[in-house]
Amino acid sequence: MTAKEANTAPPGGKSRTEDTAALLRELVAHLRQNRTQLREEWARRITQAKLLTAMTEEEIFAEATSVYDNYVEALETGTFEALQAYARNLSERIIPRGVETHEVVGIVLLLRDTMARSLFGKYHEDFEKLNRILDAYEPAANRIANTVAVGFVQERERIIRQQQEAIRELSTPVLQVRERLLILPIIGVIDPQRARQLTEQLLRAIRANRAKVVVIDITGVAAMDSNVANHLVQTVEAARLLGATVIVTGLSPEIAQTLVTIGVDLSEMATVGDLQGGIEEAERLLGYKVVPLAEGQPA
Amino acid sequence: MEVPILKQGDYLIASIQSALTDADLSQLREALVERVGRFRSRGVIVDVTALDVMDSFAVRTLRDIAHMARLRGAETVIVGIQPEVAFAMVQLGLTLKGVATALDLEEGLNFLNRRGKERVDRA
Repeated sequence: MTAKEANTAPPGGKSRTEDTAALLRELVAHLRQNRTQLREEWARRITQAKLLTAMTEEEIFAEATSVYDNYVEALETGTFEALQAYARNLSERIIPRGVETHEVVGIVLLLRDTMARSLFGKYHEDFEKLNRILDAYEPAANRIANTVAVGFVQERERIIRQQQEAIRELSTPVLQVRERLLILPIIGVIDPQRARQLTEQLLRAIRANRAKVVVIDITGVAAMDSNVANHLVQTVEAARLLGATVIVTGLSPEIAQTLVTIGVDLSEMATVGDLQGGIEEAERLLGYKVVPLAEGQPA
Repeated sequence: MEVPILKQGDYLIASIQSALTDADLSQLREALVERVGRFRSRGVIVDVTALDVMDSFAVRTLRDIAHMARLRGAETVIVGIQPEVAFAMVQLGLTLKGVATALDLEEGLNFLNRRGKERVDRA
């Protein structure tokens, strides 16, 4: 490793790089030597600072060990890929347990401080050497802290994105109940973004399934304001432009009162009391007639 | 670009193939309204499947075609509006009120056939 480092160093700054590399080597040797003691000190300070409260002491110690080793390795090699991968992996494990960003940043900074303290202790007699050691140590340590924190935050963001995606997909099913008849049950709060997405999905489904009638059921919508009502009117209009008739069902008494009070014009919209009535109405429009088996059979 | 107008039995079919200028649209309107009388057509289908944008002038022209054709005795149906176009139109308030629409050419023909039958039934 050291030979490789010397090879890859730029020719101009060779002596300086070699100097730093030598110092880092010394530093790493020191940290390896005092591994047990420093690790314990670090774990103690984590507990003291009340970080990682979601984990048991044994778990903290186990994680501390692997973080420590990865940390020293990153110092030694000067490459951060392995550490990055480790930080991602660690985040994946601890995020579901409720570990917060400030805790992760906190423990990495604690480790940095613990190590710096031990360096002060070792070189306190040779101030000039201590300075040079810190010159080598600090940029690397800061970069490590940065890498771990960024890795953690990125992992969190990835999870959030994934969940948003999942919620979005779950929230808007467009279902075909009969040839050319779709139903779109809406549940929960409709915000402008969701309304837009609902409309897009519905229009695409109308085209894909060649639907003639669509029943939008809003039994699961607790409240509706003029914005959402207007979105609904727009959706009905857009569906009509594609040649599909829309029937809205399940308007609660509260919503009916609100809509009339705020004066949304729903005269263009076909509404039926409940989903069953809506589907029956749709079947009539499509020319279906549902007959009980006993009646339909020849006597 | 001139829009080809096909005569198919009692119906006229205008299939728009590419984006049209305002002049092209006006020309289409004049040609359709004139031919409805010449061919004694009962129905007009305007196919806009190929359009991925529709501005207010286009929408107004389509509406005018429908109303003018009705005065000349033919029912008009606009077919093939793309989902994105439909949504954009509604957001801009261009909703083609009072004009029949259908998913595609086939649906449009079905619609006109049904209308024709209703008229015969009434008579």
